[in-house]
Amino acid sequence: MIEAPVKEPRDLSGPTGVQVEVVSRTFVTKRGEVKALDGMSLRAPQGAVVAVVGPSGCGKSTLLELICGLQSPDAGTVTAAPAVLMPQRDLLLPWLSAIDNAGLALRARGLGRDEARAHAAPWLERFGLAGFERTRPAELSGGMRQRVSFLRSLLAGKPVLALDEPFAALDAITRAEMQAWLAHVLEIESRTVVLVTHDVEEAVMLGDRVVVMSPRPGKAVAEIEVELQRPRRRTDPAIVALRERTLEALGVRA
Amino acid sequence: MKRLLSGWRAALLLAVLIGIWELYADLGSATRRLILPAPHQIAKALYVDRGLLWSNLLVTGEEILLGIAVAMLASVALAVLIHFSESARRAVYPLLISSQAIPIPMIAPVLVLWLGFGLAPKLVVIALVSFFPIVVTTLAGLAAVDPELGKLMRTFDASRLATFRHVEAPSALPGLLTGTKIAVVVAVIGAYLAELSGTSSGGLGFLYQQAEAQLLMPRAYAAVLILCLFAIALFALLSVAERRAIPWAYQSRGEPSR
Repeated sequence: MIEAPVKEPRDLSGPTGVQVEVVSRTFVTKRGEVKALDGMSLRAPQGAVVAVVGPSGCGKSTLLELICGLQSPDAGTVTAAPAVLMPQRDLLLPWLSAIDNAGLALRARGLGRDEARAHAAPWLERFGLAGFERTRPAELSGGMRQRVSFLRSLLAGKPVLALDEPFAALDAITRAEMQAWLAHVLEIESRTVVLVTHDVEEAVMLGDRVVVMSPRPGKAVAEIEVELQRPRRRTDPAIVALRERTLEALGVRA
Repeated sequence: MKRLLSGWRAALLLAVLIGIWELYADLGSATRRLILPAPHQIAKALYVDRGLLWSNLLVTGEEILLGIAVAMLASVALAVLIHFSESARRAVYPLLISSQAIPIPMIAPVLVLWLGFGLAPKLVVIALVSFFPIVVTTLAGLAAVDPELGKLMRTFDASRLATFRHVEAPSALPGLLTGTKIAVVVAVIGAYLAELSGTSSGGLGFLYQQAEAQLLMPRAYAAVLILCLFAIALFALLSVAERRAIPWAYQSRGEPSR
């Protein structure tokens, strides 16, 4: 566990990682300019899970859109392997079955329906969704929908996953289950993950490293390494200590 | 069946209204009865003139169905054009709205003169009065796609066309059907106006005019009744089609969010 200032140069980025270097991004709105990010830096080496926590409106979503190439920075550089977004809400298409939703990225690339299904089918089984292939989202539970949504992003086949508060909309029990599930999936299917969350516990449970952001304009104010074996336990004193440390970095006094 | 039974209040009200009408007509003077036929006279006309009404319904029905088809084609083409191109939106949208200010009864004869006799001018009139709701609801459906979904598709490297095909077009389908349901009712009015233009030799609107001129009021009212029932039947048919084609739009409604 090493806490280091962000700007200390460290060579962590592999060829499929993410490097965000002193990035600024300003939006022009009707009420004037809003500086979302100011001097934000973040590095995620290949296969690492970097959790980003920060107060509401600190530019976390902007950060993910920069990584996904949906926006360009006003200053600074973003170097990232192809990244796919996983939105906060599941955004499943109500007219498609679970298997067709999961295969949407494949269809978007021009694969036929049967081909996309053939690709998605073994994954649905692996994700505990066997028997629900033909079920529409309205009849799936919240946790199942989130799994389908995650699978849809995973099947886009990109080395980087940008997860935007993926479990924020779930109830506490389902969220805990899904966090354990995600940790397990990433063990099997290694990807570089940037996970934005406002749940400090989620950050230390899932991340190899936790990046703490300041209020808007957002920048990294602390970086906390989580060098703990998986599966992790919430009640592990080391986890509790890291959670306290993260909260402290956020300026929250216990 | 349950739904049919639950409509008993409406049926009762209808029966009462028809009863009042019957009394009002029967107890009136002979002149009044000439102008306003009693329901039983209309019912009789429905039976006696059934061959006449049927053959004219075929004419008007064809006009309405083809007119709606033309309106749908034009509407979907316009909606897609406007959806894809901001310039097209700025150019077409104001004209689209202005087109609703055109007094169709006045220009219908002109259109008929211009387009000649036969089916074509009638289809133009019907399409003109009924395309607007379809364009508006289809456009709304196309634009209602969550912007986050658009971003997601972009990170999937989806082309504009792929996003349209897999996301936008299906989500516009309910709007298209809703618009068509509204359009069907208006199209009936359009068909009547088109048949008024003096070049018709058939159709329920034409039959109505002829019957009215000869003071055969029961027959005239029977034609109106058939036209109404036809519109209601089309509306109901589309409602059934809606439930079949887009069950997900009904499925997700009223379900507790999980």
